[in-house]
Amino acid sequence: MLSYPTVRTSLIFLAIALVGLLFADIAITANNPWRDLGNFFLGVLTPNFFSSEGLLTALLRTVAFAFVGVTVGGVCGFFLALVYRFLPVRVFCAFIRAIHELFWALIFLQFFGFHPLTGVLAIAIPYSGIFAKVYSEILEEADPEPGRLLPPGTGTIAAFLYTRIPDCWVQLRTYTAYRLECGLRSSAILGFVGLPTLGFYLETSFSQGMYSDAGAMLILFYVLIATIPLWVRPKLLPVYIVGAPFFLGDGLPIVWGNVERFFTEDIVPSPLRDGEGLAGLLPWLNELMIEQALPGIWNTVVLTQIALVATGILTLLAFPLISNHFGGPIRRTSGHIFLVIARSTPEYILAYILLQLWGPSMLPAVVALALHNGGIIGHLIGRQTNTIRLRSDAPKGFNRYSWELVPRIYRSFLAFLFYRWEIIMRETAILGILGIYTLGFYVDSAIQSIRFDQAMVLILITAMLNIGVDILGRYIRRKLALQTMPTC
Amino acid sequence: MTHNLIRKLLIIGLCSLFSAAATAQTFIFTAIPDEDETKLVERFRGIADYLSEELDADVKYIPVKSYAAAVSAFRNNQVQLAWFGGLSGVQARSLVPGSQAIAQGTEDQAFYVYFIAHESTGLDRQDSLPEDVRGKTFTFGSKGSTSGRLIPEYHIRETFGEAPEDVFSRVGYSGNHTRTLRLVESGTYEVGAMNFAVWEKELENGNIDTDAVKVIWKTPGFPNYQWSIRGDVDENYGEGFTGRVREALLSLDDPELLESFPRSDFIPASNDDYEPIRKVAKEIGIID
Repeated sequence: MLSYPTVRTSLIFLAIALVGLLFADIAITANNPWRDLGNFFLGVLTPNFFSSEGLLTALLRTVAFAFVGVTVGGVCGFFLALVYRFLPVRVFCAFIRAIHELFWALIFLQFFGFHPLTGVLAIAIPYSGIFAKVYSEILEEADPEPGRLLPPGTGTIAAFLYTRIPDCWVQLRTYTAYRLECGLRSSAILGFVGLPTLGFYLETSFSQGMYSDAGAMLILFYVLIATIPLWVRPKLLPVYIVGAPFFLGDGLPIVWGNVERFFTEDIVPSPLRDGEGLAGLLPWLNELMIEQALPGIWNTVVLTQIALVATGILTLLAFPLISNHFGGPIRRTSGHIFLVIARSTPEYILAYILLQLWGPSMLPAVVALALHNGGIIGHLIGRQTNTIRLRSDAPKGFNRYSWELVPRIYRSFLAFLFYRWEIIMRETAILGILGIYTLGFYVDSAIQSIRFDQAMVLILITAMLNIGVDILGRYIRRKLALQTMPTC
Repeated sequence: MTHNLIRKLLIIGLCSLFSAAATAQTFIFTAIPDEDETKLVERFRGIADYLSEELDADVKYIPVKSYAAAVSAFRNNQVQLAWFGGLSGVQARSLVPGSQAIAQGTEDQAFYVYFIAHESTGLDRQDSLPEDVRGKTFTFGSKGSTSGRLIPEYHIRETFGEAPEDVFSRVGYSGNHTRTLRLVESGTYEVGAMNFAVWEKELENGNIDTDAVKVIWKTPGFPNYQWSIRGDVDENYGEGFTGRVREALLSLDDPELLESFPRSDFIPASNDDYEPIRKVAKEIGIID
């Protein structure tokens, strides 16, 4: 078995994660974690929908920010996709999508403050980068044949619209719809840093142990996501897109002088600002690297590798829940519900909940990342097994799982996993804001002490790390000849 | 026809997005989120109503999610007045030329931090920071807090001559004082440091399980919370506005509102009162 490169790669990653576990801070520090967890589930079962006057407004704002952000991101991303073959564009897109929405929000909060633009840009910018990449991949796969049949002299735009777009329209639409769902999640968590979306109230009720209120918000959020096919209709889309900007709320007015100040003073490294020149810059950078960046990078990498393997294990355990090859309709339905909940809950919220319940360590983060990402990949793999037809005398039970299904889906399983590697790392960094010592912790600390110069350097380092993992992930996928459709 | 309508809507939408609510001259204030948000919102809505009446102006309170967000909003002139802690006030005023501390609670002249411990540690109240806290797990409040971070860190360094990360087996930041109390009470952290006023108020209201958590040390006093106002409000809200805000705050005598802080009353304050805080913050390296 070791002669298979996929198996060898898997074992290497498993070994790295096990070594990482030796160094990782894994613990349950809460005295009574199960009582708290029990209280939480009790809260979900006894939701209080009338807790906060602002709840419905928050839900509306969550939807509005998602629509405006995804629309702006989609349009910009589409145009970037048309010029994606140029290296500078690719580098630019890789860079903007390597920075998480929450980091963008933290940056814009410093000069736009609580203006709706902060939330819109925090979603639109990274999404532009993601859309550009995926749209260009989709467009590239379009069949070139129709274009060759056009009479000479056909305009480029007409040719594009009539030959390329129709061929990949369905894929573009499916992916955009998926991104809208992601946009709702992103929009919700922006509340954690103070924007008027669902996360704002969720954080309030959770931190005060008001689990029934929090339960109501989570339930509303799941309903919102689960009913997307019902309320997001092609005919209604223009109404939503035109209407959404009106429901972002007023926020506070922008003072443009702050924008200039941020770029010309705040983010200039303090030795340069104080006129110490380059001689002061090196010790400053050195100290920043040793005291913050390196411990942050180490913890981010360790946590990412453990979470990646945990995601993989959970996926392999979870996909049979919705697979036609096992169990009856009751188990499949509950499996579907479990996976929908796991993947609809933003990992940031999952990690926040588990941190409150179990106390601070890497464990809540690993579980949150594994649940969310395992939910997504498990769903995709489970669906894929439903297209597999087994012989009527195929083995049953565990043998069917281990000798028939897993080998058949293993390559696409790995492909999805490596595809999400970068996403897991992006999330890992951001979870630092919750108090786990990854890069986000140091970024948050720098912002809390009003040192935006340090925060920017740390955010840049985080972005570089993500780009590095993205490149490595693509290299491994190419080496192992793994293919993914950009649907995940 | 429909196209025209859509275009008009789009233009209005974009305009409203960029020009925002230019609700001319609403006087907006914020406060550091040092306690449970529900309590803060209730307390400061009361203050907003009171100030609206006293100043005959539109006064609004906006809640924020972090100390830094309060400082940034003040610095960016999105709020003109703020209820800061000692440290956040020093940070904010150093970033806004001309801004001044105008009022503090009587209790804020000499404020205290309580070091609290879970019963499982077996620690008892002492006259100095007990050596036995070494090796325990420890939580601060918010990273930018005076009584939840700055002062405790200062005393930890004084006592042990080491950084908190080296003294304790695990160091966390709970976010606010109520959280610190809950986390130590439940044993998630063994030791914590918090604002004495929040402790006393919760104790009075019967919200503390005194079998599970107790105070092990009370620090010496230091100056803390204050109302700070931007230097340009007279220019923007009319001559003498700063003076009127100060007067309104100093003459606040609604017992229920005062109790919600909890402060017995507000007295004048000046930037110089907070010089000791600035020095300590600089010494520890929290400010440059």
